[in-house]
Amino acid sequence: MTAFATPTTESAIKEAVCDAVSQKKALRVCGGGTRSGIGQMVENAERLDVSGNAGIELYEPGSLTMVARAGTSMTEITSALDAENQMLAFEPIDHRPLLGTTGEPTLGGVVACNISGPRRFLSGACRDHLLGVRFIDGQGRLVKNGGRVMKNVTGLDLTKLMCGSFGTLGVISEVSLKVLPKPVCSASLQIEGVDEEQAVLLFCKALTTPYEVSGAAYQNGVAGLRIEGLETQVTYRIARLQALFPEHSMSILDGEVHSDLWKGLRDLHLFSGTIETVWRMSVKPTDAPAIVSHLKRKLAARVMLDHGGGTIWAGVPADITEQAASIRSVINTLGGHATLVRGSEELRRSADVFQPQATRLAAISKLLRQQFDPSGILNPGLMAA
Amino acid sequence: MSTISMPKPDQSVLDRKAIIVDALSSVLPVDSVISDERETHAYECDALTAYRCPPLAVVLPSTTEEVAAAMRICHQMGVPVVPRGAGTSLAGGSLPTADSVILGTARLKDVVEVDYDNRFIRVQTGVTNLSVTGHVEDDGFFYAPDPSSQLACAIAGNIAMNSGGAHCLKYGVTTNNLLGVKMVMTDGEVVELGGVAMDAPGLDLLGLICGSEGQLAIVTEATLRILPKPEGARPVMIGFDSAEVAGECVGNIIRSGVLPVAIEYMDRPCIRVVENFAKAGYPMCEALLIVEVEGSEAEIEDQLDRIVKIAEALDPVELRVSESLEESALIWKGRKSAFGAMGQINDYMCLDGTVPISALPFTLKRIGELSQEHGLEVANVFHAGDGNMHPLILFDANRPGDLERTEAFGADILRLCVEVGGCLTGEHGVGIEKRDLMLEQFTADDLECQMQVKDVFDPDWLLNAAKVFPLEVSEARRQRVN
Repeated sequence: MTAFATPTTESAIKEAVCDAVSQKKALRVCGGGTRSGIGQMVENAERLDVSGNAGIELYEPGSLTMVARAGTSMTEITSALDAENQMLAFEPIDHRPLLGTTGEPTLGGVVACNISGPRRFLSGACRDHLLGVRFIDGQGRLVKNGGRVMKNVTGLDLTKLMCGSFGTLGVISEVSLKVLPKPVCSASLQIEGVDEEQAVLLFCKALTTPYEVSGAAYQNGVAGLRIEGLETQVTYRIARLQALFPEHSMSILDGEVHSDLWKGLRDLHLFSGTIETVWRMSVKPTDAPAIVSHLKRKLAARVMLDHGGGTIWAGVPADITEQAASIRSVINTLGGHATLVRGSEELRRSADVFQPQATRLAAISKLLRQQFDPSGILNPGLMAA
Repeated sequence: MSTISMPKPDQSVLDRKAIIVDALSSVLPVDSVISDERETHAYECDALTAYRCPPLAVVLPSTTEEVAAAMRICHQMGVPVVPRGAGTSLAGGSLPTADSVILGTARLKDVVEVDYDNRFIRVQTGVTNLSVTGHVEDDGFFYAPDPSSQLACAIAGNIAMNSGGAHCLKYGVTTNNLLGVKMVMTDGEVVELGGVAMDAPGLDLLGLICGSEGQLAIVTEATLRILPKPEGARPVMIGFDSAEVAGECVGNIIRSGVLPVAIEYMDRPCIRVVENFAKAGYPMCEALLIVEVEGSEAEIEDQLDRIVKIAEALDPVELRVSESLEESALIWKGRKSAFGAMGQINDYMCLDGTVPISALPFTLKRIGELSQEHGLEVANVFHAGDGNMHPLILFDANRPGDLERTEAFGADILRLCVEVGGCLTGEHGVGIEKRDLMLEQFTADDLECQMQVKDVFDPDWLLNAAKVFPLEVSEARRQRVN
């Protein structure tokens, strides 16, 4: 893809967007490019590479706040947080192993795609930790929304609207985030030899206790629960959870084995290096077993559950045609939505990557895009055909 | 007497009152439409009582379909609509205009579905905040956002203002606990956003609706996340002889890795009034912190030990860990009665700006100086853990000029909040109260962009217009329609 511009400052981004408007050039907005395979194909666009607009602008550990330019690499963000024993509690997925991409994921990419990991059901998604954004919209206007404080209801919340809009409403130039202290101690309980139905039952029971389970995932017949906190808390909670499930033998993991387990679950190592098409489904947890059964029976899928069953990741053999229709039909019956996360360019042209919305909602989304990007130059078509 | 102006009502709407009321009555049950002037007076204000104006009429639908029917009529006849939850807004969010129909959620009272396995509750939005927890607490659950008005305030208003509370340091505010809504668009179409799954496809319209102050649509049903109740909770009370040191203590606790559920702050003027009222045994000092942690007994002990060590290193004038349920209740009684206690001795105006935690000591010092300059006393009681300040400016509503001076002082405090990197409102909303200060925080382009979003949902600017955006900024749009 031809590079249109590589702006390294907010004002240069603004200039580049204005140029694109006047030249009627469609732009494919890119940070590190590690997630560029997600979304409908953006055709006939030139690359606007904003990874050079980088650097942490402000980090106040005592205020739990970080402000950084959107091109800042996640490596830089993580190492700054590590030095203060803090973290992004929404635990963003590194998509490189899944998508087979190289390069450096950027903070802007994480926010633009609302990327969140296993702790999401307890701590919230990226959008829940996002305090404010600055962006250049498709008219070349610099707009700010939100701020750098933890409670802010001043005006309409465009910050959430920008998060997960995949660069279709504006080019994010700066991001302000709530950060949290890392847990002092962390361990897993592992339960082997269970199927998806048993796993979801177990998760429902564990997640309705006050023990603040921060991970509940399942793959290959093994269910895992993650417990975090002060040492006293982790010891106590593990004992209580074990007592809750006398019918299961549970093993305790800690140290590197434990952290590797959750990194592998977060980054979807199950599908790393395979050629399957990968779907993400967001559902009511107790519906997950029925959906999984359909996916296995009809599509020969390999499946991982996250978020206590609220998220299903499914790898479907790439040569199964009509997989999109089959997945959408089961989802439409039971509720929730499905997103194609890894698929061939052909599939990303022919099938809906995102769940089609109800007519009125699709109309609202279209009108919003026209307001923010009247010339239709920002990642045109990425979120909707 | 007051300084916040509202636009002149649309005479053509006033002239058509009888026809409009007839049309509404033709689609709603007979007791759901109120148009008698003696009765509409009950809706002339919300909790910002300095501003009053009876509406043209009031409708109190009991179902989403009735809301839709009322909205269709108002849309067809070009009648402004002001949505109202329980009317507890401190920002004038549901202040009527003379040409508006108040659409109240008071009769939307049903609990539609409770699902413990999937940890959600679905309610009509007229239910009160506290009754949501009331509905699930016997089964060991609670709804986390807990605004001070939770006994009275409705979920509808919570969603409109994205309400917070004392415990959002750990649990987040409304937007973080809202999974889905059913809502009625201005033209009467019913749409659903989100649901019981953790997220929805497409743009985050749910995030946009939450906190939109009734500018975009009428939310009639909400799916809320419920959480298992903690095993126990216990506060510690720590007094310091300076605001700076108290601020340092808050920062050190937060950095330490202990995450309290609440860190509340009171200053000397507030402690004095509250102590007289509640006899909570508060020490007379410059700054008092109440820090609460949750968990099992052993977990609570461990967390409190760490907090006590952090506080003791800063030489507090008093430090008391609650030793019993009674003592915990007493410590909280003082904090929870602060607004009421203040109201008994004075009229007060409650502000709501947020500042970065690191800027708390400076902001408090500056508020003290501004208090001298304006000749009005101020008491501070707020959520220190997230920097959401609630300065209470004390005044006498019967003394001519006092309200104007109070509003000027309040505006100075809010400007200060923005200057130090914060915002005008942390949880109460803009309403009319902070409407004319919006350009202190936003540029014209920032506001234009927000108004363009309103254009999409409410092209005729019929929903709660004349709020949130400064009148001169929204004038062209409001005029265009008229």
